[in-house]
Amino acid sequence: MARAAVQRRLTWQPATVAQVRTETESARSIVLDVPGWPGHVTGQHVDVRLTAEDGYAAQRSYSVASAPELDRLELTVQRVPDGEVSPYLADVAEAGDQLEIRGPVGGYFTWRPEAVEPVLLVAGGSGIVPLMSMIRGRAAANSRVPFRLVYSARTPDDVIYAQELSRRVRDDRGLDVAFAYTRGTPAGWPRPPGRLDAALLAEVGWPADFIPAVYICGPTGFVEAAANLLVAQGHEPQRIKTERFGPTGDREAAA
Amino acid sequence: MTAGDRPLDRDEWVDGNEAAGILQEIFTMDITTARGRCAGCGRVAPMAETRVYDHAPGLVVRCPDCDAVLLTVIRAPDRAFLATTGLTYLEVALPESATSGFTGA
Ligand SMILES: Cc1cc2nc3c(=O)[nH]c(=O)nc-3n(C[C@H](O)[C@H](O)[C@H](O)COP(=O)(O)OP(=O)(O)OC[C@H]3O[C@@H](n4cnc5c(N)ncnc54)[C@H](O)[C@@H]3O)c2cc1C
Ligand SMILES: [Zn+2]
Repeated sequence: MARAAVQRRLTWQPATVAQVRTETESARSIVLDVPGWPGHVTGQHVDVRLTAEDGYAAQRSYSVASAPELDRLELTVQRVPDGEVSPYLADVAEAGDQLEIRGPVGGYFTWRPEAVEPVLLVAGGSGIVPLMSMIRGRAAANSRVPFRLVYSARTPDDVIYAQELSRRVRDDRGLDVAFAYTRGTPAGWPRPPGRLDAALLAEVGWPADFIPAVYICGPTGFVEAAANLLVAQGHEPQRIKTERFGPTGDREAAA
Repeated sequence: MTAGDRPLDRDEWVDGNEAAGILQEIFTMDITTARGRCAGCGRVAPMAETRVYDHAPGLVVRCPDCDAVLLTVIRAPDRAFLATTGLTYLEVALPESATSGFTGA
C-alpha cells in the first residue's frame, strides 16, 4: 500500500506515539501516528531523531515492524544498555510523545508481495523486526509464497513476537518458523544452546537448490556468520540480502 | 591507524542500508540499490553492501573488500558535504523514458 507517487522531498517529519506495547523484558513496540505517511515496502526502515530541550539531537535507524499502512507505522526497539536513543524508546516513551522520523528509506533489503520465489529469513535478536514486517505484509497481501524463518534468540523469553509467530504458523499458510537459542532452551529441547551453525541451517533452511531469496538481519557479527554459512552451503551471494544493526555489546547475545 | 585499532576489526560498523536516509535526502532517490565501483580494487556492488561507520561528525562509507573510503558525508543543519573520494562510478536504475535522449531514436 503506497500513496500515488507524489514526488516529495525526503525530510524529517513529526510523529506522535499512539501506543506502546511490551514485547519482552528488553523490547517494546511503538505505534506512531504520522499524518501523510505513505506506507512502506516491507524491510524498509526509518531514521528516528530525538531532540533534547537544549537542542542536542541524536538519530538512529529503526526498521518498520508493521505491514504497510497509511498514516501509521510500528517500530520495535530493543534496549541497548547505556545507549543514547534505544532506552528512551524501549523504556520511557509514552502515548502522546513527539519525535521526528525520516523515511521510509532503503530499497535494497526489501520484499514485495509480487515476488514468487521461496523466502528464507534469518534473524538474530532484534533483527527479527524488518523480517516480521515481511511476514505480516505477506499475510496482508494474501501471498502464498513459502516463507521460512530461522530466528536465533538468547532464550525463549527473548523471542520478540513469540505469540504472534505461533499463531501465524498455525494460520498463515506456507509459513514455517524454527528457533535457535544461544543461552537457554525450553526443557527437553533437542539442541543444546549455541550459535546458529551449518547443521541447523541445513536442517531448517531451504536447500540451495530451491534458489530461495534470503534475508539475514541482526547484529553485524551474526549477519556475517550466517551469510558465510549460507554461501558455504551453496546459496548464491547475489541472492542473499543482508542488513546489519551494529555491534552486540555481548557477542553471544544472538550470534 | 594501525591494523589493530581499525574499527574494521570490531563490529562497530553497519552496512550501506544505514546511509539510505542521508543519501536520499541529498539525491532525492534511493542510492542503496545503485551499484558503485570502488576506485581502489574495482569491486562493483550495490551501495547497500558497503560498510558504514557512522560516528559523529560524519558518515564514512568504505569498500568491504579493500577498506578504501568510497564516500564521506557531513551534514550541517542547512547543507551536506559529500566527498565521492573512492567511487569511480555509480550505476543508477532509472525509468526507461529517461534514457531516450541518448538513444538517438
Ligand atoms: C538499518 C538499521 C535498522 C535498525 N533497526 C532496528 C530495529 O528495528 N530495532 C532495534 O532495536 N534496533 C535497530 N537498529 C539498531 C539501532 O539503530 C541502534 O543502533 C540501537 O538502538 C542502539 O542505539 P543507542 O543509541 O541506544 O546506542 P548507542 O548510544 O549508539 O550505543 C551505545 C553502546 O552500545 C553499543 N551498541 C550500539 N548498537 C548496538 C546494538 N544494535 N546492539 C548492541 N549494542 C550496541 C555501542 O557500541 C555503544 O558502545 C537498526 C540499525 C540499522 C542500521
Ligand atoms: Zn575496494
